[in-house]
Formats: sequence, structure tokens, C-alpha cells
Amino acid sequence: MKRIYVKEQWCLGCHLCEYECAYANSGIADMARALKGKAIYPRVRVEDAGEVHFAVNCRHCTDPVCVQSCISGALTKGEDGIVRIVKQKCVGCLTCVLVCPYGAVLPSPEGHAAMKCQLCTDNRMGEPNCVKHCPNGAIVYEEREAMQ
Amino acid sequence: MKNYPYVILGGSIAAVAAIEGIRSEDRKGGILVVSEEPCKAYGRPLISYYLLGETDLPRMDYRPEAFYEENHVMLRLGVRAESIDPEEKTVTLSDGEKLGYEKLLVATGSRPFDPPMEGIEHVEERFHFMTKADALALDKALSPEKKVLIVGAGLIGLKCFEGIAARVKSARIVDMADRILPAILDETGAKMVQSALEARGAEFFLSDSVLRFEGNTAHLKSGKTVEFDLLVIAVGVRPNTELIKEAGGTVRRGIAVDECGKTSLPDIFAAGDCAESFDIASGTSKVLALLPNAAFQGRAAGGNMAGGKANLDNAVTFNSIGFFGTHVMTAGVYEGELYCERTERTYKALFTKDGLLKGFILINLPERAGIYLKLLKERIPLSAVDFEALKTSPAWSAFSPEARADNFAREV
Repeated sequence: MKRIYVKEQWCLGCHLCEYECAYANSGIADMARALKGKAIYPRVRVEDAGEVHFAVNCRHCTDPVCVQSCISGALTKGEDGIVRIVKQKCVGCLTCVLVCPYGAVLPSPEGHAAMKCQLCTDNRMGEPNCVKHCPNGAIVYEEREAMQ
Repeated sequence: MKNYPYVILGGSIAAVAAIEGIRSEDRKGGILVVSEEPCKAYGRPLISYYLLGETDLPRMDYRPEAFYEENHVMLRLGVRAESIDPEEKTVTLSDGEKLGYEKLLVATGSRPFDPPMEGIEHVEERFHFMTKADALALDKALSPEKKVLIVGAGLIGLKCFEGIAARVKSARIVDMADRILPAILDETGAKMVQSALEARGAEFFLSDSVLRFEGNTAHLKSGKTVEFDLLVIAVGVRPNTELIKEAGGTVRRGIAVDECGKTSLPDIFAAGDCAESFDIASGTSKVLALLPNAAFQGRAAGGNMAGGKANLDNAVTFNSIGFFGTHVMTAGVYEGELYCERTERTYKALFTKDGLLKGFILINLPERAGIYLKLLKERIPLSAVDFEALKTSPAWSAFSPEARADNFAREV
């Protein structure tokens, strides 16, 4: 399946992907109205360590440990390979946050649920908005092989 | 006599995971699930959220409605397996039926353990807190004028308290240990969570136990007495190992299994709360009665029953659990050198030994905790990462560029 990959050497650490993610998932059409003066809770997070910058979001693992660990069956891996969370079933125990080795499943700001990247299939963007707006091509959406 | 390629005894998390494991290798072979509980699998820890009103029965279903049909699973619910004959490869059920298996999974879980307490049999409103039936029974009995006594300040007892706190007059909790959640928290962490629970009305009697009941009065070892209307016993659980033991298989605390999930008996596997795991943090085999572990074991055993080659060699204790918004994550064992950070709301304790992360406690610090669990589970030498940076903030920037490339530049 197509997944998001980061090119660390190209990432400037501008954090624009975080804003684009928060905007995409806000459900508000006007970007300024969606983000201006608000705390944002993006599902992609940029790590900055000196000269090193890179974005982290859900890897949509082939055998996702978050799905196996979910106590309520709220996390699923679809036929399309996308790992999704059914918010209505989630009780916010955050077991998925504890087991994700990437730190890519996040506590949701309103509590009572976790949140994660669903490759913008759950909003009106339809394809990953972080990838589309990365100014340096440091986040890409493509097919790659697993390392043998 | 009917014969089935796969028979699963027990219908909860390990059983569902085993069905998924079997189907990852074998799309067709018939699966029969025999479960004493008269319902399909549900998220067992959700019973406290049910009492809180944060979920309901349909949403508690662990898998969608069509799951069993789509996976060609036959269900025999409300029926118990009475015995296994490993020679003739048959199981005898409580309704008298005998059936044959090619591969058998014992996923019979655990049952509540009641310590000896004189006069307990005369307590009328007495509950456990393990199953949906327990929760429904308690739900009926709750009312604002009732006083509750919970015996056991572990995960089950305290989640029960959270579920009922707002719906009863008072709740008192007794535990033999000197702190709450003694299995997963140190003294500092336990005090923080205790305060959060006390703020919601919990009254604790620690380093104490019930000697005897006289009607609805509990006489404690300390000499104190507690009046109550409802009693919840949440002292602990015992694995259901009898079927394997009586069939001649190796049973210690739990059913002994190898890293493939096989018992000592041919073609018989075990998974979930009835079985042991090899715990890498303590280096011992023990029962890790945790939902994710049941899923990991069930999945591996199921795959192996159908000819797969899954190895489960990195089991570890971990918990993620909240009480009224105070969130607790713990893992591993609390041995070795301690790194500790404390604020009024948060607590972080990291335990390192022999160059490895051996355990941790995180209170109200959930963000990216999985990076710590990865270090622990994969036994990553701390010399291979920037552990000084990781102590304060779990992040992938503390790993080597090669490790990052392996994880972020390819399919995982």
C-alpha cells in the first residue's frame, strides 16, 4: 500500500505539516479560522534535535501492535491497509499510545479517546495534506518495499 | 462424533486473536469456539466504563457483528468443556457432547479468587468484577443510598470504584498491601493515584484485611469495623488450568507453553490468562493477565496451529489505565538505577540495569510512551541511543540515523 515516508535530509523543521494536518482535521474550510489563535493537536509531529528534523506519523504497520492491543476493538486495520480508530468505541485507556513504538498514536485533546493519522481518508482532503503541502518534498506518499 | 480442524475452548480475547491467527494461515478449516460465557467476545476491561455510562453493550463488542460468520467460526455459547482426552484427541462438553479436534486451543482465562473470610457466605449482596454478567448484576444493585465495601485495591477493585463512585453513598476499599495498586506502582506513584481516588470519595484501609463478616459488618484485622450494603471481592484471579492438568499436561502457576504457544500435550495450545508467558523484564515464566498479552498469545498460537511460524519471545508486563483523568502507564520491573521526575501532576520513574531499560512508571505523561516500551521490549542497549535525551523526552531523534531509516524510510 501507499504510505507516508519522511526524507530526513530534506526536512527543514518548518512544522508546516503540523498546521496542515490540524487544518485538514479541523473540519473548517477557512484555514485562518481553523487555526488562528488556537492550540493545535496535529497527528503528525516534527521532531527537532539540533540540525536533525523529521516528521513522524502513523506507519500503518503491516502487523499493527496498537490494533492487537486495543481493549475495546476500536482500532482496526482495513482491507486497504489503513489503521483506523473508531472513536465511538474508544474509551481512552491509551493502551495504543503505550504500545506504539513510533509514538504516533496520540492522546486526543478532549480526553476519552486516542487519535492518529488516517492518511486524510477521514476528512475532506482525501489524500495526505501534510505531503501535499510540504514545501521541500520531505514527506512523500508512495509504495515502498519492506526491508528483507 | 463431529470432528473439527480447530477447537478453541474459551471465547474471549485470546480466542478471537487465535481465530485471526488461524485465518492468516488457513482460510478454510472449520473453527469451533466453545465458551462458557453466553455471549460473543467483548472488551472485558470495558465493564467499568459501562457502569460509568461511557460505553454501552453494543459498543463493548470486541469485533463487528459479522466477524464470526466471515471467518467461518461456529459458536457453542453457554457450554463448558469438562475434559480433554489428548490420546483420542477429543473434548467432552458439559451438555454431554464429545467432539474431536485436530488442533486444540485452551483459552479458558481466569476466575476470581476469594480469600478465606469467615462469614462471607452469609453476605447477600456479594459481587465479583470480571465479566459483563458481573457488571450487569452490580449495575442493578447500585443505588445512591448504598454503602460499598471493595476488598482489593488492585486494578480490578479500583476500576470498579471508578465505575460506581458517583452512583453510591460511599465506597471503602481494603487491601493487605501498604499501598494501592501494589503490583504496578511504587510508593510515590501509589500516593498520587490514591489522592485522585480520595478526591472522588474513596476511603482506604491499607495494610489491613477482612477477618470476618457479621451480617453486613466487616471486622478488619486492625480492629476497625466497616458497615456496608454491597460487597465487591477483587483480590485477584486464578488461571483456569484444570483441563490441561487433568489431561496430564504441565501446569505451574499457569499452563506451561513454549514460545509457539504449545503446551506439553501434542496438538494442544494455550493462550491468554490461563497460560504463562516468558516475561523478559523479570526473566521468568509467569501469568501476565493483561488483555494485550492475551491477544499476542492467541494470535501467535492460532497462526502456529494452522502451520505458521510465530514466535512469542518478548512478553512484558505493561498497563495503561486511567482513574478520573489521572492516567497511569507502567511496564516491566522496578529494579536497578532510578531516574525520576516529579511535578504536582506528573511522575516519571525509569529503572535501568545492565545497560537496559527494565521498567517505568509514567503518571499523566502518556505522550510517546511507546518509545520507552520499545526500548524495554526489544532490549535495546542504552549505549545505542542518546539515553540522556530520552530520559526527559521520548523521541526518535535519540536513535541512530540508521535506526530511523529502518523505521521511517521503509514499510514496517
